[in-house]
Amino acid sequence: MNELNKAGRILLTFIKYLSLVLFSFVAVLPVVSCFITAFKTDYEYQTTNVMTMPQNWFNFENFTQAFQKAGMARAFVNSFIILVCVLFFSVMIGTQLAYVLNRFKFFGNTIIRALFLFASQLPGVAMQISVYEIMYNLGFINSLPGYIIMMCGTDIISIYIYIQFFENINYSLDESAIIDGASYFTIFYKVLFPLLKPAIVTSCILKGVGTYNEYYCANLYLQDKTRYATVATSLYTFVGPLGSKYNLICAGVIISLLPALIVFILCQKQIYSGLTAGAVKG
Amino acid sequence: MKKKRTFTEWIRSRDGQQVLVMFAFMVIPLLLLFIFTYLPFAKMFGFSFYNMKYVGVRKFVGLKNYIKVFQRDDCFGALKLSLYYMLGSIVQLALALYLATILSFKVKGGNLFKGFMFFPFLINGIAIGFIFKFFYTRGFVFDTVLQWCGFNLENLPYWLKDQRINNFSLVGTSIWRYFGQNMVLFIGAIMSVDSELYEAAMLDGANRFQQFKYIIMPSIKTIITLNVILSITGSLSAFEPPYVITDGANGTGTYFVVMHEIAHTQQKVGLASAMAIVLLIIIFIATILQKLFFKYVFRSAEDEDPRAGARRQKMLERSIRNQERIAARGGK
Repeated sequence: MNELNKAGRILLTFIKYLSLVLFSFVAVLPVVSCFITAFKTDYEYQTTNVMTMPQNWFNFENFTQAFQKAGMARAFVNSFIILVCVLFFSVMIGTQLAYVLNRFKFFGNTIIRALFLFASQLPGVAMQISVYEIMYNLGFINSLPGYIIMMCGTDIISIYIYIQFFENINYSLDESAIIDGASYFTIFYKVLFPLLKPAIVTSCILKGVGTYNEYYCANLYLQDKTRYATVATSLYTFVGPLGSKYNLICAGVIISLLPALIVFILCQKQIYSGLTAGAVKG
Repeated sequence: MKKKRTFTEWIRSRDGQQVLVMFAFMVIPLLLLFIFTYLPFAKMFGFSFYNMKYVGVRKFVGLKNYIKVFQRDDCFGALKLSLYYMLGSIVQLALALYLATILSFKVKGGNLFKGFMFFPFLINGIAIGFIFKFFYTRGFVFDTVLQWCGFNLENLPYWLKDQRINNFSLVGTSIWRYFGQNMVLFIGAIMSVDSELYEAAMLDGANRFQQFKYIIMPSIKTIITLNVILSITGSLSAFEPPYVITDGANGTGTYFVVMHEIAHTQQKVGLASAMAIVLLIIIFIATILQKLFFKYVFRSAEDEDPRAGARRQKMLERSIRNQERIAARGGK
């Protein structure tokens, strides 16, 4: 009986690790195969199987070529500008909105929350049909500021993260500041805002990765790819005549996902907790 | 008698300050919300009655666009493809739940496995498009791995061209991209269960399967329900895999891919708007039906529980309360 139990447990452990290894393999295989191919010379790429290791792991030729051909220097600058502006403005807007929604009881509080929630349920691709017309009328096509303003818009997840955080900040803090004669602006900027730091970091990482990876609107509104490509849309260079030079393409792909990979390795915990915090609300 | 205050006095008072700060802090987000969500929403509804391009003359055509949506076989018929994506999302959720359960117990290198499986979620859409064009190319990655497993290349189909199989290939990429994210959400929910519950269950001699059924399942059913609802509405609006990998060619054009093409390439804005409105209505109805369904299922499941011991009942209640507390904290 005991032996059987033991055998069962070993079998369970075996199945457990087998599934983990198998699915991890499935998850990394497409990316790893890309990584391998990125180091191959044209000759190697044409003559060897895709899963054969490259002869020279220090062959960065494809990376430099992809970087130049896709104009990635420009793209990284654009993406960086977009990222910094979007994060700055959406943090300001989001924390202020969350402050009002959490600290003040007024008619319309729940309505505003509901409006944001409903907005987040609308599929973006469908909305862009008419957003395009508005962007066109505002002169926001091929304009970095226009794209940035659009990206600063509604983001229910960070609002939730901030509201949740405000709920855990004791109201007596506000009250004592009020007794000291501080205005609401002072309370927000001097007392509460510094306390929000962990929530801001979490939402910045989530929003940052989202903004960096955004390609649909970037492609639609930043059409001039020589001047306004972001890192994600710069990869469009490889559609067309270069479409079968996968050693080059893979190098471009790997370059484009490096920043996300670095952020992920450094901030795993915040990403996981941010996602969970944003999802439980529904 | 209360003295009537001047405007400047009112502005300096607490009430005035409060209104001022509320206005200052809410005007921008609400303006953005209006310009980029509700105004376009209203406009889209208006567009759907016109024959129009983004620039130029607009002609009122009444319900003609809506009739076209149902008549053209590339429009409404494309919704059939959603079935593939629904099937895929069921597989995805089951897989995520399975792996989340495994990872929530003590596992060596658990964080590493979690990281590997989650990372695809952080890759941008276009890169994913290239990665999978490469992955599925004849004789490339996928075929090579299958050959290692003993398949013969000649018996393998063209993953992206063969109409019998290409939608499954695309759904596969979607599962690949999102199962890790679902898994992380589930792990989060499982971890929020009081660890005393597991200890109590262990003392009672509950095995892993029983722990799963009586502790994990009830406590994460909220998030599972939410994800099922999201994934079904998500499959109706499936867009990315065909858009970035096949561009809708060879019978892979989902409803949204067709809509995107009609709106931005052919510039039939009215027709595309009508398509969007039709789908939004379908999604809306589907969401309500699902919510009702889950409400009904869970209520009847909780009603019949006569044989469960008092202790298990207590455990259940505690975990449900716990879950409610989490949900409440989020300000549902």
